[in-house]
Amino acid sequence: MSTSTENRVSQAGVGTSPQRPDGSMKVRGEFAYSSDLWHEDMLWGATLRSPHPYARITGIDIGAALALPGVYAVLTHADVPGVNRYGLEHADQPVLAEDVVRYQGEPVAVVAADHPETARRALERITVGYTVLEPVTDSEAAVAGEGAQLHPGGNVVRHVPIRKGDPAAAAEGAEVVVTGTYEVGMQDQAFLGPESGLAVPAEDGGVDLYVATQWLHVDQRQIVAALGLPEDKVRLTLGGVGGAFGGREDLSIQVHACLLALHTGKPVKMVYNREESFYGHVHRHPAVLHYEHGADRDGRLRYVRARIFLDGGAYASSTGAVVANAATLGVGPYDVPHAAVDCWGVYTNNPPCGAMRGFGAVQAAFAYESQMDKLADACGLDPVEVRTRNAMAEGTSMPTGQVVDSPAPVAELLRRLRAMPLPTEPGGELDLRRLPGGVSNTTHGEGVVRGVGYAVGIKNICFSEAFDDYSTARVRLQVVGGEPAATVHTAACEVGQGLVTVLQQIVRTELGVERVTIEPTDTTIGNAGSTSASRQTYVTGGAVRAACLKVRDALGALSPSDLGDKVLDETVEWRHRPTEELDPVTGQGNAHVQYGFAAHRAVVDVDTELGLVKVVALDCAQDVGKAMNPQAVLGQIQGGSAQGLGLAVMEEIQIAGGVIRNPSFTDYLIPTVLDMPPMNIDVLELADPHAPYGLRGVGEPPTISSTPAVVAAIRAATGRALDRVPVRPEHITGT
Amino acid sequence: MDFLRPATLDEALAVKAERPGAVPLAGGTDVMVELNFDHRRPEALLDLTGIGALAEWSITDGQVVLGAGVPYTRIIAELGDTLPGLAMAARTVGSPQIRNRGTVGGNLGAASPAGDTHPVLLAAGARIEVASVRGTRLVPAEEFYTGVKRNALDPDELITAVRLPAARGLEQFAKVGTRNAMVIAVCAFALVLHPERAGVGAAIGSAAPTPRRASEAERFLAAELPWDTPGALPDSLKRRFGELVAGATEPIDDVRGSAAYRRHALAVLARRTLTWAWNDHQERGKSCA
Ligand SMILES: Cc1cc2nc3c(=O)[nH]c(=O)nc-3n(C[C@H](O)[C@H](O)[C@H](O)COP(=O)(O)OP(=O)(O)OC[C@H]3O[C@@H](n4cnc5c(N)ncnc54)[C@H](O)[C@@H]3O)c2cc1C
Repeated sequence: MSTSTENRVSQAGVGTSPQRPDGSMKVRGEFAYSSDLWHEDMLWGATLRSPHPYARITGIDIGAALALPGVYAVLTHADVPGVNRYGLEHADQPVLAEDVVRYQGEPVAVVAADHPETARRALERITVGYTVLEPVTDSEAAVAGEGAQLHPGGNVVRHVPIRKGDPAAAAEGAEVVVTGTYEVGMQDQAFLGPESGLAVPAEDGGVDLYVATQWLHVDQRQIVAALGLPEDKVRLTLGGVGGAFGGREDLSIQVHACLLALHTGKPVKMVYNREESFYGHVHRHPAVLHYEHGADRDGRLRYVRARIFLDGGAYASSTGAVVANAATLGVGPYDVPHAAVDCWGVYTNNPPCGAMRGFGAVQAAFAYESQMDKLADACGLDPVEVRTRNAMAEGTSMPTGQVVDSPAPVAELLRRLRAMPLPTEPGGELDLRRLPGGVSNTTHGEGVVRGVGYAVGIKNICFSEAFDDYSTARVRLQVVGGEPAATVHTAACEVGQGLVTVLQQIVRTELGVERVTIEPTDTTIGNAGSTSASRQTYVTGGAVRAACLKVRDALGALSPSDLGDKVLDETVEWRHRPTEELDPVTGQGNAHVQYGFAAHRAVVDVDTELGLVKVVALDCAQDVGKAMNPQAVLGQIQGGSAQGLGLAVMEEIQIAGGVIRNPSFTDYLIPTVLDMPPMNIDVLELADPHAPYGLRGVGEPPTISSTPAVVAAIRAATGRALDRVPVRPEHITGT
Repeated sequence: MDFLRPATLDEALAVKAERPGAVPLAGGTDVMVELNFDHRRPEALLDLTGIGALAEWSITDGQVVLGAGVPYTRIIAELGDTLPGLAMAARTVGSPQIRNRGTVGGNLGAASPAGDTHPVLLAAGARIEVASVRGTRLVPAEEFYTGVKRNALDPDELITAVRLPAARGLEQFAKVGTRNAMVIAVCAFALVLHPERAGVGAAIGSAAPTPRRASEAERFLAAELPWDTPGALPDSLKRRFGELVAGATEPIDDVRGSAAYRRHALAVLARRTLTWAWNDHQERGKSCA
């Protein structure tokens, strides 16, 4: 599609891996994260949180806190000037709790003081009276209507049914039926930069907020509603973001910091510490999934029936969209003639759950891939063979009736994966680092059994279900110091994934200009949509490209260096093709824009006596349509695979009666370099004709298939059923 | 909060006598976490890193005197052959950053049931050298751990060193964690065999309110090991030893693991470490012969 002429081809354009502008600063520790924000004369905000998962508030006494020298403000729900409710899909979450708290860690009051220590001490002086209530903690019971009703309208946030064909009739003739119930624990995004930001009151009565987030405009929309201010009075600028993975889609400090700044007339900084961060953002929905697969004796799928329960916790967040993903992607990347999938997302008094990399597809994949292995077993087939026989392809009709209209190389990914070399067998010179347990010296080979597992997954890319999903980009071209230079302005959040680099590459390719500056990301330009759903390169990349094309039109036959004093300045709003809503009864509809696919092969050594696991290899094949920045693509695949490995063997927020038992990195474990093996990665580039450059979102697919591949390998090594992730040593040893 | 940084041990002891509430600071890898999490607000920190003598070690008459402030990295690099069990434990502590700063003195000061050096100190029969303006005393390791995160120090005392025999024995340490590096022990086990005097030291970590010796298992093994007979150990002996080690535990169910798993895993570790130590013993026998 590109019409770039020879002399316009850039050395650092699309398809290359130029150095990221933030790279060396981050490596040297010089990058300013939002927690580094500073303002003369600023105050420090702190949040008082509920210790109870469910309780009625009988009274709040802030007197003693206010009396503490150095304290400038102590605010409660009574001080929220606008609507004391916010939320991504439903405004159901109080900025500060009113009469009830619905989860442990729910904000009840906020304080501003001249020192963070003073602010913390002030929190201790606030007295809140609680009548503790019986929490709702079981998602299936919540669907059944048991327990307290936590919100008007009941405890079901959303139910999505999908009906394709006639599963009941198909079940009659099925020669092989496998069933299973699977469970996925609550995973945390575990980003390294805790929630933080700085709110600065402005002379016009408004406020400027600098914050680490994933979507400036949706934050702005919720903040102005809570503050009761017009949109132009609340301006947001992106602070340095230390990882996101979905955990920054919901508000954290945003309204609180603005409230305190407006109330005190002083800049207010808020930074959560690690423990508070576990209470300060949503997590991945824990899930219970009941599956039934029916097939012919040769392993060809006839039908799938599934009932999926996602625990959304105390507030809706993005539960509705997560439910739709788990439902529409519930049978996996397979051609299934008959399907009945029901997915429920519910309110409980567990921590609120929302977006996390993989977004509903992760939970479903653990179940349907476990089922495919069971099916392979029941049919006496190899796990790759059973998947290949059922692999969807371009032209396959999804359970929603949507016909996939771009490459869907599921069988090819599996074929490539299988062709990769296997790691060498264990043995040889004793090197503890290669063994389960590592240098902890738990085995010198005793009890160690190797296993291999495969999995493949599917993810929708971009926002679905008729969402008006667009981005805004402004591109300017002018001659600066005798050299053509372009500037790009968007509100799209760089969260560490490398978006700013890709946007620079696009401009270089389209305009043939080497010098490309990315302006600060803020709300003085239109909406860019969220940095989630693997969509930013697609949508904001698409918008930047479209703006470049307009600049190029304006440039006409001129070369950029001949512009003289002229400034070419174009702003565009760019949309991907529209999607449809799901039929509320049948779940039919062209709900998704694009599908992404990745497959993994895991090789594990399991100490079967101690239940310890060493993942020896975790290889991946993924179709990315077009590798816009090959190095960044590999980075996404490695990171996503590691996150999936984490869910397979260690990452879980453990909850008991609504209370988090391990809110720290001491006991919420994420993989280290000795847990994550080096990877073989095979990147396919089968262009999607509907997408800019043919690209396919990259970030989420590798997180999805990694988990079931690792668990399949552990099953192969141990013979254990392992129907829950993360797999703990006890599950393997049976003790 | 005051920050005190004495240059000599005498100065430090004087401060500690005067201000028993001052919290000693060695590598800070426990102390700083407690301060950051606001679990502790001491009136003063007593930084011991200015006292050179605490960061030294020496060997006299086969006894190692290991200064309380020697970081794990140096134990691994400088004492790997002399104190192999302690070095094995040191290798499993935290991450490289933590091993660069963390010390045995700090591990003892914290006295966590999950501290990695404790099983080795117990199994090796170490004595903890503690000092105050009143004088110096030696506390046997098994008397040092008095409760969950409590130790035998008086408020005016500091740990100055650990004394333990340079390895004549055969030492093993193993620790179970749910991650392959930088993990707190779900349970840990240390074993020391002294063929020359038919002696056995065995101790567990993270499976009781304090680190403790598995005395019955020690006695059983000392009596039953065929010290002078070459060849592999019978499975029945290893199994019985494992059972006795598991029997010495008093584990709990927590986020890191279940009590039943801890018991099971310690039995496995006991059998395996015994096998490894015995194999080493056989090797030594061969090379001496
Ligand atoms: C990320 C991380 C990982 C960790 N992993 C492990 C692990 O795998 N295994 C493990 O065992 N521990 C681990 N720890 C805990 C810690 O590193 C160890 O306990 C370490 O040995 C503490 O030594 P330190 O010198 O840093 O002690 P400090 O933090 O300086 O002190 C610890 C305690 O001992 C007291 N103290 C220190 N020196 C003396 C002295 N000379 N006399 C009297 N009291 C004294 C202090 O007052 C304090 O109460 C970890 C900690 C972190 C932060």
